[in-house]
Amino acid sequence: MDLHYSKEYLDFEKEVKAFCKKYDGVTFTDASKNPLASSSSKKKKIQITRSEWQKILIEQGYFARAVPKEYGGYGGEPDILKSRIIATEFSRAKTPAPMGGQGIDMLVPTLLEMGTDQQKEKYIKPTLHGEMIWCQGYSEPNAGSDLAALQTKGELIDGEWVINGQKIWTSTAQYSQMMFCLVRTEPEAQKHSGISYLLIPMDSEGIEVRPLVDMTMKAGFNEVFFTDVKIPETNIVGKRGEGWAVANATLGHERGSLAPPDAIMNRVHMLIDLMKEEKLDGKPLIEHPIYRDRLMKIQGKVMASQSHALRLLSAKLNPGQDVKVGKMIQKLVGTELRHELEGLAIDVMGEIGVLYEDSPHLRDKGSWQFIYMYFLGLIIGGGTSQIQKNIISERGLGLPKEPKIQGVQ
Amino acid sequence: MYFGLSEDQIFFQDNIKKFLEENLSVDILRKIAADDRTFANDIHDGIVNLGINGLLVPEEFGGLGLDILFAAAISEALGYGAGASPFIGSYVMAPLAIIGGGSDEQKQNYLTKIASNEVKFGVGFSALTGARDNSEIQIKGNKISGRSLFVLDYEYATHFLISDINGCIGIIDAQANGIDLVELKTIDRTRNVCELILKNVDFKILEQTKNSKNTAEKVIDAGRIMLAADSLGAAQNMINKAVDYAKERKQFGRAIGSFQAVKHMCAEMVAELEPCYALVWHAAHAQKHLPNEARLMACQAKSHLSDVTKEVAKKSTEVHGGMGFTDLLGLHYWFKRIGLNRQLLGTPERVREEAALLQLN
Repeated sequence: MDLHYSKEYLDFEKEVKAFCKKYDGVTFTDASKNPLASSSSKKKKIQITRSEWQKILIEQGYFARAVPKEYGGYGGEPDILKSRIIATEFSRAKTPAPMGGQGIDMLVPTLLEMGTDQQKEKYIKPTLHGEMIWCQGYSEPNAGSDLAALQTKGELIDGEWVINGQKIWTSTAQYSQMMFCLVRTEPEAQKHSGISYLLIPMDSEGIEVRPLVDMTMKAGFNEVFFTDVKIPETNIVGKRGEGWAVANATLGHERGSLAPPDAIMNRVHMLIDLMKEEKLDGKPLIEHPIYRDRLMKIQGKVMASQSHALRLLSAKLNPGQDVKVGKMIQKLVGTELRHELEGLAIDVMGEIGVLYEDSPHLRDKGSWQFIYMYFLGLIIGGGTSQIQKNIISERGLGLPKEPKIQGVQ
Repeated sequence: MYFGLSEDQIFFQDNIKKFLEENLSVDILRKIAADDRTFANDIHDGIVNLGINGLLVPEEFGGLGLDILFAAAISEALGYGAGASPFIGSYVMAPLAIIGGGSDEQKQNYLTKIASNEVKFGVGFSALTGARDNSEIQIKGNKISGRSLFVLDYEYATHFLISDINGCIGIIDAQANGIDLVELKTIDRTRNVCELILKNVDFKILEQTKNSKNTAEKVIDAGRIMLAADSLGAAQNMINKAVDYAKERKQFGRAIGSFQAVKHMCAEMVAELEPCYALVWHAAHAQKHLPNEARLMACQAKSHLSDVTKEVAKKSTEVHGGMGFTDLLGLHYWFKRIGLNRQLLGTPERVREEAALLQLN
């Protein structure tokens, strides 16, 4: 066990601290109103656009570090420890994190791995700069956990893909310029080998985006309808019928990034503060033994998650450390834990905990209730907890698959 | 940066696991549970031959001078194999108490003899970790009276190390006058605990513990991490057995592990237990290297592992169906080991209360 950084990394840590200090209080002229977006401090010293911030971070090597320069990245070697130092220091100093989203987290790694040179040149740079927003067109009303059952159809007619069908759960479709989309292009082929991965401009004729209001009462998702939508033949990643493999590469990226444990520990600290301030019958909640015990219980779980994240980090740095199952559990454990934590805060506040929107007496802008519900969405989305358990037990523990029912593909 | 056990730690751990696998079958566990001491003695001797007694004793006193993380790795292996042998009291808590609280002379005398296996300690700290049945300890001058319940590792003890409620720790000779030793029978027959009834017994106080709780707290923290690690190993073994059984056992014409009702229980157990490795290692590492977090991590490791492994013990038994409930498979030896660990040196609720107070003060 050696939790020390070498001199190179200690120096890097100093550099990042100085950077955070320089940009203390940076705010965005085009900030989103999403309550989950990183909050900025009250001192409004530096005002820039989101895109300008992305460019500063890339120039510094703090974002898109391993993406080649020609595609708009920093062009360095991937360095897991440096990424961690950046994340830790940014979180500590409340410096706004680089933009995420499905284009940056999922499409860019996929294009780097499987895209043509032309696709890399055309899409990666504007995506990293936050100028091209992407949405993901995977799920359909009848293809959720069983994603490969998707039916949205793509036919190659006169050198163009003609797309018809419907997607659902499409986050950010209303702001997106592009969609990466799974479409059935080989209707005669087996279920998994009939799918292609297409890149669709959202301003194409025949696309209709309808907002889908979720239980938080925000339109976090959309339904997207395609009627004879035409896109160029070259807007395909991988070959015809290889879309399933391409999509699986990106799903791996998503599962890793949904619930970082350091963010949960920050939330535990906020919860401790909340329990010191909130009173029940005049006594701070932190002094009520039953609530306090629940707090300590959650803190123990979060500490385990944090230590586990260090172990996974170490395994990336030291090949040979076996953490196969350890990686598979992250989505399940992380999302369930965060949901439980936010739920405790609601119980701590009692009736005040169920106040919402702009109600009087609302605490922390209603974020506890919002995130509590939002994380129920994350427990279900991106592979439900039950699908995660199938993955862990079948791929991780080698338990046999459920036998197929005869006649069903 | 490296987070995990070292090659040396894994090597030592594997040696213990291998020894137990070869020498402690369920048949032998059953004999030990029926109080056949010859088998228990063999297991204990075998483990001592592997060097666990001198693990934490500094090299200048003839020991290996290793740290708590190393001891946690060993404790995990003992839990995995249901190692029917003293360890946590005799070879972790006792040397740490003497290193932390003993005078030079006491260190020279006892640590050397722990390393050479001439002296073996039973350890009674329950006055400090939650006294039951109105037990209490009074120290007057060089004499100790009262009752110490749930004294660990008593069966080979030549000496006992007892703490009062203030963390004042001292040593009594097992042969001294005024000691009444009452054997207690817990569910777990792989390790034994006793009650000591003491009447004006000669007591050699560890000098540095007279006016300071520090040593006692460190000893308890280490003991708790050992219990957490022991439960970790025991729970991992139970999961492995459950997964193997789910692959072999067939009902309705298919392996029961192909049913989601069963495979999801397995996945849940793994998802809960896997992060526990990191928590136990981290907490053990903190004892030496992260003093500000050491106490909190020890408390959280103990209480969190107690909860997770209790669930694993239950679910892995359920995966085995009726066979899990029988003595034929012997799964219950691990179930009971986890059950005892949970209550020793502070129940989860009590330990979490300590964790809370650490952060509030």
